[in-house]
Amino acid sequence: MPWLSTLMGVSVLGALGVTLVRNDKLAKQFTLVVSLIVLALTVAMAVQFSPNGDKFQFAETYDWIPAFGVHYGVAVDGIALVLILLSVILVPIVVLASWHDAEAGKRSVRTYFSLLLVLEAMMIGVFAATDVFLFYVFFEAMLIPMYFMIGSYGGAQRSYAAVKFLLYSLFGGLLMLVAVIALYSIAGKGTFMFTDLVGTIQDATTQKWLFLGFFVAFAIKAPLWPFHTWLPDAAAQAPAGAAVLLVGVLDKVGTYGMLRFCLELFPDAAKFFTPLVITLSVIGIVYGAIVAIGQTDMKRLIAYTSVSHFGFIAMGVFAMTTNAASGATLYMVNHGFSTGALFLVAGFLIYRRGSQFISDYGGVQKVAPILAGTFLVAGLSSLSLPGLSTFVSEFMVLIGTYERYLVPAVIATTGVILAAIYILWMYQRTMNGPTAESVKTLPDLNAREKFVVAPLIALLLVFGFYPKPLLDVINPAVKDTLSSVSVTDPKPAVPVAQEGK
Amino acid sequence: MEPAEIIQHSGGAIGAAWLMIALPLVGAAILLLGGRRTDRFGHLLGVLMAVASFAVAALSFVQLLGLAPGERRRGIELYDFVPGLAKVGLLVDPLSISFCLLITGVGSLIHIYSIGYMAHDPNRRRFFAYLNLFVAAMLLLVLADNYVALFVGWEGVGLASYLLIGFWQHKPSAATAAKKAFIVNRVGDFGLLIGLFTIFATFHTLAFNDVFANASKASSGTLTAIGLLLLVGACGKSAQLPLQSWLLDAMEGPTPVSALIHAATMVTAGVYLIVRSGPIYQGAETAQLVVTIVGVATLLAGAIIGTAKDDIKKALAGSTMSQIGYMVLAAGIGPAGYAFAIAHLITHGFFKADMFLGAGSVMHAMNDEVDMRKYGALRKVMPVTFATFAIGYLAIIGFPLLSGYFTKDGIIETVMEHNAVLGWLAVLGAGITGFYMSRLVFMTFFGAKRWEPTAHPHESPAVMTWPLVILSVGAIGLGAFLVLGNRFMTFLAPAVGAPEEMPSFHPFSLTGLATLALVAVGAVFAWFRYGAAEVPAVAPRGSFLTTFARRDLYGDALNEALFMRPGQWLTRLAVFFDNRGVDGLVNGLAAGIGGTSGRLRRIQTGFVRSYALSIFLGAAILAGAWLVVGNL
Repeated sequence: MPWLSTLMGVSVLGALGVTLVRNDKLAKQFTLVVSLIVLALTVAMAVQFSPNGDKFQFAETYDWIPAFGVHYGVAVDGIALVLILLSVILVPIVVLASWHDAEAGKRSVRTYFSLLLVLEAMMIGVFAATDVFLFYVFFEAMLIPMYFMIGSYGGAQRSYAAVKFLLYSLFGGLLMLVAVIALYSIAGKGTFMFTDLVGTIQDATTQKWLFLGFFVAFAIKAPLWPFHTWLPDAAAQAPAGAAVLLVGVLDKVGTYGMLRFCLELFPDAAKFFTPLVITLSVIGIVYGAIVAIGQTDMKRLIAYTSVSHFGFIAMGVFAMTTNAASGATLYMVNHGFSTGALFLVAGFLIYRRGSQFISDYGGVQKVAPILAGTFLVAGLSSLSLPGLSTFVSEFMVLIGTYERYLVPAVIATTGVILAAIYILWMYQRTMNGPTAESVKTLPDLNAREKFVVAPLIALLLVFGFYPKPLLDVINPAVKDTLSSVSVTDPKPAVPVAQEGK
Repeated sequence: MEPAEIIQHSGGAIGAAWLMIALPLVGAAILLLGGRRTDRFGHLLGVLMAVASFAVAALSFVQLLGLAPGERRRGIELYDFVPGLAKVGLLVDPLSISFCLLITGVGSLIHIYSIGYMAHDPNRRRFFAYLNLFVAAMLLLVLADNYVALFVGWEGVGLASYLLIGFWQHKPSAATAAKKAFIVNRVGDFGLLIGLFTIFATFHTLAFNDVFANASKASSGTLTAIGLLLLVGACGKSAQLPLQSWLLDAMEGPTPVSALIHAATMVTAGVYLIVRSGPIYQGAETAQLVVTIVGVATLLAGAIIGTAKDDIKKALAGSTMSQIGYMVLAAGIGPAGYAFAIAHLITHGFFKADMFLGAGSVMHAMNDEVDMRKYGALRKVMPVTFATFAIGYLAIIGFPLLSGYFTKDGIIETVMEHNAVLGWLAVLGAGITGFYMSRLVFMTFFGAKRWEPTAHPHESPAVMTWPLVILSVGAIGLGAFLVLGNRFMTFLAPAVGAPEEMPSFHPFSLTGLATLALVAVGAVFAWFRYGAAEVPAVAPRGSFLTTFARRDLYGDALNEALFMRPGQWLTRLAVFFDNRGVDGLVNGLAAGIGGTSGRLRRIQTGFVRSYALSIFLGAAILAGAWLVVGNL
C-alpha cells in the first residue's frame, strides 16, 4: 500500500473538502476528523515499520520530470518516521486549540483550516521526500500556507512578521536551489534521487561550497544564531496554533536537513565545518536563553527559548556521536510536544486576557489552577526536568557532545541553569503572587482546552519515563547516517566489560 | 573491608522494592488528577501511601537482615530506560535501606502531623499530593542503581521542594524563595551533570556496579575531577557553602515541609551521593580534602547564622546547615567516617524533625508567629511540645547518652584522628551549637511571656503531638543503638566498606570531654543572656559580627553583587543587542532608532532591502568564521 502518498492525499482532499463546507463549525469538525484519520493511518503505518529492516521503507518512486531525472520519491527511515509522527500528532491538537483563533482573521475561518491541512500534507512530504528536488519543492512550498496563516490571522504586526519570515526563508531556499542544481550537474548521474547522490561529490572544495548552500538554508530555517531574528517576530505574531506548527515542525526541517543532507551528502565538508557549527550552536544556546530571560512578551520569550533549544539540536547533530545524534533527533520530537504545549497554554491565557505581556498578569494560579498547572508542566518540560521526555534528549545530546567536545558541552550545560531562570521567572510573574485585578475573573480551562493539553502532557510523561519505543526506531537510522559519514564514537578511557548492561 | 558484590534478582519484599516508589507516586497522581473531587479523603490517601511505603521498606529491611552480610546487596532490574545509556534498576543494600526507613518512617509521621497542621488550609489535598511526590522521588534517588535514575530522583525532589516552598504561592516571598531554591539547586546540578558526563566518557557506563568496580583503573586526575563535580551537586542539594543561600529562604514553606524536606531527608541527599560514590573518592585524595573543608566551613557558618536569628525556623535552618556540615565532613574522610556520617544523618533526621515539628506546634499555637522575641514561658502551656522539643534539644547539643552524643561525638573523634585542625574546628562548632540551641529553647519556652495581645497559646491536638513523641523516642535512644558495639558500622560495611580497625567507644576521651565542656559553656552563657535576663522585644543592634551573622554571612549580598546584578545587565545588554544589534542592523538602518513613526515607516518600506542586508551580513560572518576556523 502506498502509505505516504495516501497520507498526503487524504490531507489534500480534506483541505479541498473544507473549502466546500459552507458552515464554519462544520468545517472545523471536518478538519478535526480528517486530521484524526491521517493520525490513525500514520500510526497504522508506523507499527509496520521494522527498525532494523531496510534503511528506507514504504518507498514509492515515480518519474516526475524524466528529462532532468526528477522523481516523485517518498520513503521513510527512523528519523523521518518520528518527525512525521510528530507532525500528524500535532495537527489535530492544533486544530482543536485553534477553534476560535481564525474568527478575527482577514480571511474566512474555512480557509484557515484548509491551509492547516495543506500544510500537513507538505510536512509529511518534506520529511518523506527521497528526491532532493522534491524535498526542495516541499521546503519552499511549505512557506505559502504558513505565510497566509501568519499574515491573515496573526496579531497586530502580522504582515511585517509574515513578510520577514517569507523573505528570510526564500533567501535560504534560493541558496539551496543553487546548491541542488550544482549537486545534480557536478554529480553527473542524471538523477536527483538522494541515495544515488550519496558519495558522488568527492572533491573537497566542491563539497564545502555545496555544503554551505544547504547549510545556510537550514540554519535560517532552524533557526541557528545569528539567523534567528525572524523567529521571535513570526512566532509572536502568528496565532498560537500556527506558532506551534512553525516552531514545532517547520523549523525542524532545518535540523532534519542538516542531519540528512549536510552530513550524508557532504561528509568531509560536514567534518570540516563542525567547529564552526558547534560554535554557532553553543552561542545560540546561551544567547537565546539570556535574551529569553529579558523578554516582556510571553510568545517572544517562548520563541527565544526555542533558539536556545535549536542550538542543542544542531550541536547534537554535528557532535556526530551516537548519543548526541540520536538525542538530537529525539530532541526534535520532544521539543515539538514541549514547545507546543507551552505555546498553546500561553495562547489560552492570552486569549482570555487579550495581552501577550507578562506584566499584565499575576496570581493567575488562584483563579485558574488547572491552566496554571498545565503551564507549569509545559514550562518544566522546556527546562528539561527529568521525568519529562525533554530531559532524555537534552541529556543524550550533552553527554554525546561531551564525549568528543568537552568545552562546548560544558558551556552548553549552563543552559540548564538559564532555562530554570527564564521559565520559573515567567511562571512566577504570571501565576504567583497576589491576583492582579485584571485577571480576577479569568475562567479556568474548558473541556476543549483540556483535550488539547492532556495528550501533550501525556506524551511528555510517557516518553519521559519510557523513551525506548522512539529510540529503538531512531537509533538504527542514526547509526546508519553516522556510518555513512564514517565516524565512530570515541573510546572510553577505562573500558568496562559490559555484561548485559 | 571492601564493599560486597551486588547479587541480581530477589524475591519477597526486596523484589517488590519498586512498590516503595510506586505507591506514593500513585497517591500523588490520584490527588493531582482527581482535583477537588479528592479533597475529602486526600490527606488520608496521602498518609496511607506513605505508611504503605514504609511497610514495604520495613519488610525489605527484615528480609535483608535474614541474609548473610556478604549477600545483602541486592539488585533488581526494572527496564531499559535510555538504550545504550541507562538501564533502570534498584539497589537494595544496607545503605539504601537505611535511607528508605528514614524517609518513609519520618515521612509517615510528618504526613500524619500535617493532617492537623494543614487542617484549615483549603488546598490540603494538594499539599499531600506534593508530599507523596516528594517521598516517591526521594526513594528513587536512594534506591537507583545508576547515576541517571539517581539524577531523575535528584531533580524530582528539587521539583517537590520547589512546589512545597512555594505552596502558599500568593505570598510573593514564598514564590521567590521557591524559585531561588530551584535555581541555586540547578547550579549544583550543572556540576553534577558534568560529573555524570565525565563518568560516562571515562567508563562508558553510568551503572554504579560497573563504575565502582573499575574506578581504581581510572587516573587520579579523572577521579578528582569527578569527585569535585559530584561535590558541587552535593553542595547545591545539601545547602553547603557556597550554595547554601537557598535553605534559609526555603523556610517560607509550611513547617512540615521544613521538617521533612529541609531538615530530615532531601538536604541530606548530598551526603548520600558522596558516601555512595565512595569508590570514586577513594582514588581522589584532593577531592576528599575539599569535601572535608566544605563540611567544616559549613558547619561553622551554619552555627554562626544560628546564633543570630530571631526567627525560630531560620535558627533551626542554620542548625540544619551546620549539622549537615558535620555529615559532609565525616563523609569526606572515607570508610572510617561513612558509618558516622549516615548514623548522624539518621539521628539528626529524628531530632531535627522533632524540633521543626515542635516549632510548628508553637507557631500553630501563636498565630503563626515565628519571632522568638514574642515567645517566652511556653513550657507551661504546651507541656508535650516542650518536653519533646527539650529532648530534641538535648540530643542535638550532644547531652550524654542521647542520640546526638553518640553520633556527633563519633564524627568528632574520627575527624580528630584524621586531622587535628579539622577536629578542633568541629569541637568549636559543637560549642556554638550548645549556645544557639540553648538560646532558642530559653527564648521560646523559658523567661517571661512576651506574647502579642492576640495570642492565646494552647497545646496542639493529638494528631500533632503523637508524631512528636515518637520522634523524641528516636532522639533519645537511636544514637546509642546505632553506635554502641559498632552495630551500624558493621551493618553498613557490605555497602560502603569499613575501616581496617573498628573504632572503640571511649566515654571519657579528651576530645569528648572538651566537647562537653564547650557545650556546657555555650549553654550557660545562653542561660545568662536569654534565660535569666530579660529578652528585649526588639533585637539590639549588636556588633558588626552580629550583623554579619544576621545577614547570613553576606551570602545573599555576595550572590547579588557577583551574579544577579551582572546577570541583569547582561540580559538587558543581550536583549538590546538582539533588538538593535542583530535585528536592528536589519531594521534600524532604515528606521533610525526608536520612535513610532520610524516603526511605521519600517513596516511599510525599506525592509526588503534590510533583510537582504542582514542575510548578507550573516553570510559574511559565516565566511569570515570559515576563514578563521578552516584553511581553505
